[in-house]
Amino acid sequence: MSSTERTGLVLSGVTLRLGDGDDTVTALDGVDLMVRPGELVAVVGPSGSGKSSLLAIAGALTTPDEGTVTIDGRDVTAMSDRARAAYRRDHIGFVFQSGNLLPALTALDQLRLVTNLSKKRIDSRDPAQLLADVGMAHRADRRPHQLSGGERQRVGIARALVGHPSLLLVDEPTAALDRARSHEVVQLLAQETKQSAVASVMVTHDQDVLEHCDRVVEMIDGRLSTG
Amino acid sequence: MFLALRELRFARWRFTLMGSVVALIAVLMVLLSGLSSGLVNDGVSGLQRLPVTAFAFDGGTKLDSAFSRSVVDNQQVARWRQQPGVREAAPFGNMLVNARSDRGVPVDLALFGVEPNSFLAPSAGEGTGLGAPDGIVVSRTALDAGLRVGDTVTVDRIGTPLKIVGATADQHTFGHVDVAYLPLAAWQRLHAGVGPGQELPAKAAEQATAVAIRADDTADLAAGDAAAGTTTLAKRESYGASPGYSAETSTLMLIQVFLYAISALVVGAFFTVWTISRKHELAVLRAMGAAKPYLLRDGLAQALVVLVASIAAGVAVGVALGGLMGGSGVPFALEAPAVTLASLLLVLLGLLGACAAIVRVASIDPLAALGGQR
Ligand SMILES: Nc1ncnc2c1ncn2[C@@H]1O[C@H](COP(=O)(O)OP(=O)(O)O)[C@@H](O)[C@H]1O
Ligand SMILES: [Mg+2]
Repeated sequence: MSSTERTGLVLSGVTLRLGDGDDTVTALDGVDLMVRPGELVAVVGPSGSGKSSLLAIAGALTTPDEGTVTIDGRDVTAMSDRARAAYRRDHIGFVFQSGNLLPALTALDQLRLVTNLSKKRIDSRDPAQLLADVGMAHRADRRPHQLSGGERQRVGIARALVGHPSLLLVDEPTAALDRARSHEVVQLLAQETKQSAVASVMVTHDQDVLEHCDRVVEMIDGRLSTG
Repeated sequence: MFLALRELRFARWRFTLMGSVVALIAVLMVLLSGLSSGLVNDGVSGLQRLPVTAFAFDGGTKLDSAFSRSVVDNQQVARWRQQPGVREAAPFGNMLVNARSDRGVPVDLALFGVEPNSFLAPSAGEGTGLGAPDGIVVSRTALDAGLRVGDTVTVDRIGTPLKIVGATADQHTFGHVDVAYLPLAAWQRLHAGVGPGQELPAKAAEQATAVAIRADDTADLAAGDAAAGTTTLAKRESYGASPGYSAETSTLMLIQVFLYAISALVVGAFFTVWTISRKHELAVLRAMGAAKPYLLRDGLAQALVVLVASIAAGVAVGVALGGLMGGSGVPFALEAPAVTLASLLLVLLGLLGACAAIVRVASIDPLAALGGQR
């Protein structure tokens, strides 16, 4: 919201331990990652390797046990719960598996909700225009159950972009889609990443769509390696 | 309200179902409120309309049935008259009798024996007031029961004839029986069981049921009790001393309390299930950065809309049904303050129930938004 310069996402030495007592799991183990604005980075890796944990940490949903997370130069690990929620609202866009849209809202309202969450937001994108940009203008008044999987993901992407986020985090966006739809959706992500100069991280199992990404990193047992 | 209203529209059948239950409870609430007021009217409107602030019963009388048991004498009345702050004090006689009118109509009457020139004397809406030794003024409702001004009623067993000289403008009933005001002297004869032509014992001519008192707020009633050897009940407290009143009102009160509890629980249960079923959505909202107060406000606004709409509908139906009850012989009186209070309580308790469910929103972990399937 302020005039902070966009410098993207920086994770340094991030360690996250999950579970309690004897069976703690080191979900993230000294992870370093840097994503510049306009860059789409894919995270691949076997299931259970810590990919979702990485998104949770980068997206300020939870705080790491060690290390720091900076977004546009601001350390989000130092923030209170409430401040992190407000930071997510104003600076981070999430695209979840299969969209995770709200069943009661039409496609257009999914986007308008974002502007409604924050009363003082000044620079949000026009929901109707944005919906048109992702090719969903003709479905504006449909609810999620009336949309196909690919359409839901398009709305989900548009919803994540309404607030001009600095950071876009995407969790397995093509899990429920066929090949053609998968390519379209990831292409859209790549294109929006460039146009909006947002730092994007996408977790995926789908080798096919990696060609649209600027960089691919691999997660194994909580450690990150350049793939 | 952005989400709340859209969810209401989206899940309208679920909300309608729950709203109908609340509406039905509101209908019942209105009917019970009407019945309560009706029973109170029927039970003690005769007392309510008396211009007294308190009744002094003979000391040691069992207070739950004081109107049928207490006996005070003229000396006690005189003592009360002398109390500072007491503006008026007069003997008040009370008894229930069966009687039959000269046109063969059987009636139950609550006899209120008062001195015709005292502050207790009723004003007649029809006919004349008290004066003639055997003239009585009956409640307007007795006319509905088939009596007329000019009729003579004869008290069963004792055989005393009483002439209806007037009727009050309002309902005056006591213990579900129409009130008949009569001169204290005539009451004393009936109370002693002395028929026409028989001699009234001198002692009985000194007696009444209680001392009716009109006092300033500053009057020291305890001092009056000590001086006169009486036990005073404020007018409101004295209702409990009339036949059946406490039992009836406490039964109705109990039913109403249960209804309030049921209503709060129904609403609480609904919103618990509703909130749990939205757990994943709420996690998504939290992940998107929705503030806890935003979600709480939205949830409560939703509950408030449902509650106000369903309770308004229920009250409307209840009032309409209550209108049909008028004149059916059921003691029923809708009073705006009572109905308003009941509606507000329903809304408030419903909100409380909803609140208990909706606070869960605050403890939902945004992490649950990741990876979960819808
Ligand atoms: N809430 C949790 N409590 C304990 N362990 C967890 C929890 N969530 C995930 N884990 C564990 O942390 C590791 C990383 O999980 P996750 O980040 O979900 O991996 P991925 O998304 O790559 O499948 C796994 O071993 C998983 O079992
Ligand atoms: Mg995962």
